Amino acid sequence: MSNQIVQGILLGGYYALIACGLSFMFSVMRIINLAHGSLAVLSAFALWLLASRFHIPPFYGLAIVLPLMAVIGWALQRFLLERSARGGALLPILTTFGLAIVIDNFLFEQFGADTRSLAPFIGSLSYDSWEWPGSIYVGKLAVIIFVAAVILLGGLQLFLTRTGLGRSIRATSEDPDTAGLVGVDARRANAVAAAIAMVTVGLAGAFLGMRATFDPYAGATQLLFAFEAAVIGGAGSLWSTLIGGIVLALAQTLGAKVHPQGFLIGGHVAFLIVLFIRLYTSGLGLRGLLRLSTGKAS
Amino acid sequence: MSLLSVENLVVRHGLLQAVRGVSLTVERGETLALVGANGAGKTTLLRAIAGAHQAASGRVIFDGTDLSGVPAHERVRKGVALVPEGRRLFVQMTVEENLLLGGTAGRPGDWSVERVLDTFPNLKPRRHAKAGHLSGGEQQATAIGRALMSNPDLLLLDEVSLGLSPLVVDRVYASLHGLISSGTTIILVEQDLNRALSVSDKVVCVLEGRVALAGDSAIVSRDEVTKAYFGLHRKGAEGVLA
Amino acid sequence: MSTASPVIERGTAASRIAGLGVAAIIVLLAVAPQFLSAGAVDRMTALFIYVILAAMWNALAGYGGLVSVGQQVFFGLGAYFAIRLANAGLNPFVSLFVAAVIVGAVSWPISLFMLRLKNGEFAIGMWVIAALAHLLVNLDRLIQGETGTSLISLNVYDASTRRLTIYWLALASMTALLAVLFGLLRGSTGAAIRAIRDNEDAAASVGVRVTGTKRLLFVLAAFGIGIAGALWLASATTFQPKTYFSVQWTAYMIFMVLVGGIGTFEGAILGALLFFLIETWFGGTGVWYLIGLGATALAFSLLLPRGLWGTVEERFGWRLLSVGYRVRLASGTAGPTGETALPASITTHREKA
Repeated sequence: MSNQIVQGILLGGYYALIACGLSFMFSVMRIINLAHGSLAVLSAFALWLLASRFHIPPFYGLAIVLPLMAVIGWALQRFLLERSARGGALLPILTTFGLAIVIDNFLFEQFGADTRSLAPFIGSLSYDSWEWPGSIYVGKLAVIIFVAAVILLGGLQLFLTRTGLGRSIRATSEDPDTAGLVGVDARRANAVAAAIAMVTVGLAGAFLGMRATFDPYAGATQLLFAFEAAVIGGAGSLWSTLIGGIVLALAQTLGAKVHPQGFLIGGHVAFLIVLFIRLYTSGLGLRGLLRLSTGKAS
Repeated sequence: MSLLSVENLVVRHGLLQAVRGVSLTVERGETLALVGANGAGKTTLLRAIAGAHQAASGRVIFDGTDLSGVPAHERVRKGVALVPEGRRLFVQMTVEENLLLGGTAGRPGDWSVERVLDTFPNLKPRRHAKAGHLSGGEQQATAIGRALMSNPDLLLLDEVSLGLSPLVVDRVYASLHGLISSGTTIILVEQDLNRALSVSDKVVCVLEGRVALAGDSAIVSRDEVTKAYFGLHRKGAEGVLA
Repeated sequence: MSTASPVIERGTAASRIAGLGVAAIIVLLAVAPQFLSAGAVDRMTALFIYVILAAMWNALAGYGGLVSVGQQVFFGLGAYFAIRLANAGLNPFVSLFVAAVIVGAVSWPISLFMLRLKNGEFAIGMWVIAALAHLLVNLDRLIQGETGTSLISLNVYDASTRRLTIYWLALASMTALLAVLFGLLRGSTGAAIRAIRDNEDAAASVGVRVTGTKRLLFVLAAFGIGIAGALWLASATTFQPKTYFSVQWTAYMIFMVLVGGIGTFEGAILGALLFFLIETWFGGTGVWYLIGLGATALAFSLLLPRGLWGTVEERFGWRLLSVGYRVRLASGTAGPTGETALPASITTHREKA
């Protein structure tokens, strides 16, 4: 059992990774990007293509794919989100949903229905493990993903609190009009935030591909995982996203123990229970379930 | 050449014409007091100069350049800084972070976090406190400091005394006095007529979105300003208050 | 503001003619199977179901301001409950409607806490609900996981009776649901709905029961989509959870409403018609067809967010099925809604419906 708990916690690192971009974009631009999961899968396919066609190992492939994701994020904000956000809060939902459909089916058109994995391209890393005391075996890859998540979340936190650009992004998220009045280019801050979010999505997609399989329609599931982890973690700091990811993973582990098909059910149920508790304990202060307070702890 | 000239500026909020053809000029180093009743259009005028509202017609010319269509953050870079009504601090960020944000435009000058803290000593112990946890006076000082951090050529102060106790207002104005005498160009909106007249070189009274009176603060009488304030200077307006 | 006495009307001459036209169309549709091939009858049944889906999603998003990407949950549950009821011995045709009633009942507790979510959170929260419902239905032994099952008891009817009955049931369901929605929008609830659509906070501040009204729309949409799912099951007879709980259904709904005109009664119907034609012509192209649908929805949300009907309505002041009131200003300086200053001497047609 303790073995499964450790595995669950490590898996939580992956969920935190895919969730942090979603909640980051939401807290800055108030937009939930429904193409979030599809973009992660797009990144996984890009790495797969580089590895299988051009023999570039995924870890090197990231050097190509992550900058590309940053550009996609920037373009997404400038050409789609910025424009549709002007039409109210509902339009970006529809825009990003349309984008998700385009991406999913485009991937299907290009790569077919087969499930793929990056595991064959990362050598023994996909199955190597360390033995921890208590005869617990932990996969090296799972540990790497978890550590990467912690570094990413910590780095993002430092970036937001210690750099001018990070402060500009926080100021824009708090009050875009006033940000403009103190000299912050809110459009640029938003585009940078979107680019950063997409880099995290790209990284999450890479790890998705390494630790499991994916297919063109896998984006929806990843979006739901990201959303659930973010909501379970709740509004706190970026670190609460990590807690959310771990809780989600543990609930799934528990679900799988109860019933062979209970893995996903466990996660969804945990999400709904947390949602239920939060809705009835926090009163009506729900405008922005996902909003992060990126400032220092108060 | 005037540092700022506003020409026939018209600003609308939807149907409402808040500013209806205002013209005024401010010379370098001058302090101009903008007075008028609530809803006269003072705040809208300042925000339009700062770029928070786009003008429906007319022009704002600053330092020889037409600012039409220039977004707010670009205007900060050109040297216009607004201390907005109600302070509008980033409440989830610390005093220091608010001040640093004010320096985003990167204009060269003397202002630094240290200098702001020296100018407003009450902020010193609050440097790392969240802006949302400050007292009214501390918040106002932070808001002014944030604007100064951009080393502005023109500082726009919108009701800096609003919601503060008289004692705190005195302290804020004492700090401003240094600025005014140091030659910073300032437009300030102030409800307290005596104070407005005493700190300024020129006074402009706005009524229903139009300039009702403009003159030298030293020359115009309080009585004239009061009349303009209530619209009593107009012919046939005698019955207004009846 | 200069005063020009406004004239308040309900509908236009065109809309009265349109009312008669609608009645004629329904009568024609009712007798149409006489003249149509079996395949065409099936396609028409599909069209009616699309109209229901579009109208119900529009009721939720266009009027209630609730964009859901999980409406497939009610489609799937409608079909599932119908299977269950028919399996328990209920007449299959009766099962379809009882199933929809159950879906409506199930949606009530869901609404209790989903409606406390806002915008994107509501949208994706509904998706979680749909995913969970799909997984739970898979657990039912009767369904046999993704293998699925079929509405076997329909086989007691011969093919042509079955086809015609489903056709008429779909037509009747569509007509009834559209009539209910129309009545709702025209009645006192309609004013509340339009107020919420235009500005939720303002509506709440003048005493509109925002949550209650939204809940009504939510349950209505669930019920309607439940019927659609049950009818789809009846015409397809097989039930595979994956097909019915697919997010594709919501994608279709969004496409139809966005293209037709979100928040307009006629727009949803127009969107369903266009979708039906596009599917008929391009459905065979498979994945490119789906890419096209997504791209069209994307383009409409960016470039023409009011959709075809919304744009036509705005530009020409057309109105067929009038659900609101119209204020005509003979010559005014401004519209009554306080949004924009309009140039003088323009005749404005501003109507909120």
